Amino acid sequence: MTVIDSRDATVTLTYREAVREAIRDAMLQDDRVFLMGEDVGRYGGCYAVSKGLIDEFGEERIRDTPLSESGFVGAGIGAALGGMRPIVEVMTVNFSLLALDQIVNTAALLLHMSGGQFNVPIVIRMATGAGRQLAAQHSHSLEGWYAHVPGLKVVAPATIEDARWMLSTALADPDPVIMFEHAAMYGMSGEMAVDAGPVDINTARVRRIGEDVTIVTHGGSLWKSLEAADALAGRGISAEVLDLRSLRPLDTDAIIGSVAKTHRLVVVDEGWKTAGLSAEIVALVTEHAMWELDAPVRRVCGIEVPIPYAKHLEEASIPQVEGIVAAVHDVVGS
Amino acid sequence: MTDRDQSHALLRQMLMIRRFEEKCAELYQAEKIRGFLHLYIGEEAVAAGVISALQPDDAVVATYREHGHALALGVDAGRIMAEMYGNVEGVSMGRGGSMHLFDAGKNLYGGNAIVGGGLPLAVGFGLADRMQDRNNVTAVFFGEGAVAEGEFHEAMNLAALWHLPVLFCCENNLYAMGTALDRAQTQTRLTLRAASYEMPAWEVDGMDVEVVAEAAGNAVQSIRGGGGPHFLELRTYRFRAHSMFDPELYRDKSEVEEWKHSDPIAAYRARLEEADLLAPEEWDQMEAEVMVEVRAAVDFAEAGTLEPIEDLKRFVHTEEVVR
Repeated sequence: MTVIDSRDATVTLTYREAVREAIRDAMLQDDRVFLMGEDVGRYGGCYAVSKGLIDEFGEERIRDTPLSESGFVGAGIGAALGGMRPIVEVMTVNFSLLALDQIVNTAALLLHMSGGQFNVPIVIRMATGAGRQLAAQHSHSLEGWYAHVPGLKVVAPATIEDARWMLSTALADPDPVIMFEHAAMYGMSGEMAVDAGPVDINTARVRRIGEDVTIVTHGGSLWKSLEAADALAGRGISAEVLDLRSLRPLDTDAIIGSVAKTHRLVVVDEGWKTAGLSAEIVALVTEHAMWELDAPVRRVCGIEVPIPYAKHLEEASIPQVEGIVAAVHDVVGS
Repeated sequence: MTDRDQSHALLRQMLMIRRFEEKCAELYQAEKIRGFLHLYIGEEAVAAGVISALQPDDAVVATYREHGHALALGVDAGRIMAEMYGNVEGVSMGRGGSMHLFDAGKNLYGGNAIVGGGLPLAVGFGLADRMQDRNNVTAVFFGEGAVAEGEFHEAMNLAALWHLPVLFCCENNLYAMGTALDRAQTQTRLTLRAASYEMPAWEVDGMDVEVVAEAAGNAVQSIRGGGGPHFLELRTYRFRAHSMFDPELYRDKSEVEEWKHSDPIAAYRARLEEADLLAPEEWDQMEAEVMVEVRAAVDFAEAGTLEPIEDLKRFVHTEEVVR
């Protein structure tokens, strides 16, 4: 249920509702769009994102699939080649490993391998991240793996506005777009301007302006980073928070621009450090802005263990506000 | 099938594939073609027969052993050869090579070198056709080795569950690279696998082009009439090695020689001659014409050019929005 506030012309809605509205809108705008995935129809979506859509659009366009990740992701790719605009929901990034062949060996390669003949206009959405005591096989943050692959575009909507408006841009894109929705955010509620509209899917956004340090992050870690920035402000440290939004391509200009201003960098990523997204960001900064840095960079990342079930261990294994605050103190030397 | 023109077309198609690939093998030895080269020699009746049953708007998804399918679809032989030369004039601009022939104009969607990888794609084409009310059929070719892949079962189940217009063409040449079917799979009667998905399935003599054409014709007609997906097990044999690197330690030479008695081209030629449907001079003329075509293809490739390295990064993403 969305509530319109007439005073400042914003709507308040949850992340889940924002994604649902995005799908609904896309289905209404274009007959070629359909949603396919495990339990997206009668069940209403594992995270209730597509709840109710089957009643509005029917079983053909809100298509329940068997548990055949490779099969239905590949079918989505074929349907895209055949003139449709599929949104394929893979329940979580963990299960997407069963579809990795189709995503990496087919969707990402087909255009290049065919000498430019066959583009694949598919959007593959999946939940990512830890934080709900779902243990090791339901808590991965593997966005960085997908961001490694040329031919894919990888986005991570972290705000209500991006959850609502990135999808239409992704569907308009002629090439495959992988969309990561942090599972801990579906229930998050926020305000969005009533007149908000389509957003780009290739730039980063400064979510909080600061002077002393740049925190680069994305997805679910954005909100922890903003909370850390609040805490730091109370201690006289002004942190800039950059939300990557797009993990491939990375907005190098935005990263470098912010670091050139603050001269200090902390990268927050729920994924593991080794050969990960955070490593790439740090490498970009050393390649392009090494002499802008006044201090060594710090990374606040997933600890290199499988994510455990027990709450205290899970919390200890992924970035938390206190860890981000400590890392910032470290780089600003306070 | 007694129609003279149709018979000649099938024979000529098989002969073209045979001579084209014999030339490819020569050019591989001469180091004009590199990478992997998988020859279809011995299996020509399958592609020629099945594809003769398709309409121009039907889609084909094939494997890395797809020269025969490309030629049977009418993809230009010169551009196929140029592709193997790595030239920009090739069907995939030299980015694919032997294993990745694509042609949008002929609805050839590869050229897939991941065993089983093309099967889900074909399901997607079937879905797109159904959702857009097109009465097309998608033919997907795969070896018997793919039957062991999860993607085979996922695709078969999806196609049957959703009643999609897909023709599954299993080219059973008995060996998945060097592993014999009975050393790899518990159920070697592949049509039983299809039957478990309640899909009509036939075992077809893949060395007899007329039998293949008839079986495919019946299946395609049934699919187009709303009969849902069908499965053909096309029993065939690869006369040459798996690829140019294969020393063939896994099968006896006598087995290969035995199968050569069923050579689809020689057998069909003999049958047509016996039935007075092919005169010796017609065969000679066919051979001569095919050799001219093959030579023209080689000449085209020889005269080809290389894509400038500056263009390396093209086609990672679409350059013009085609939406």
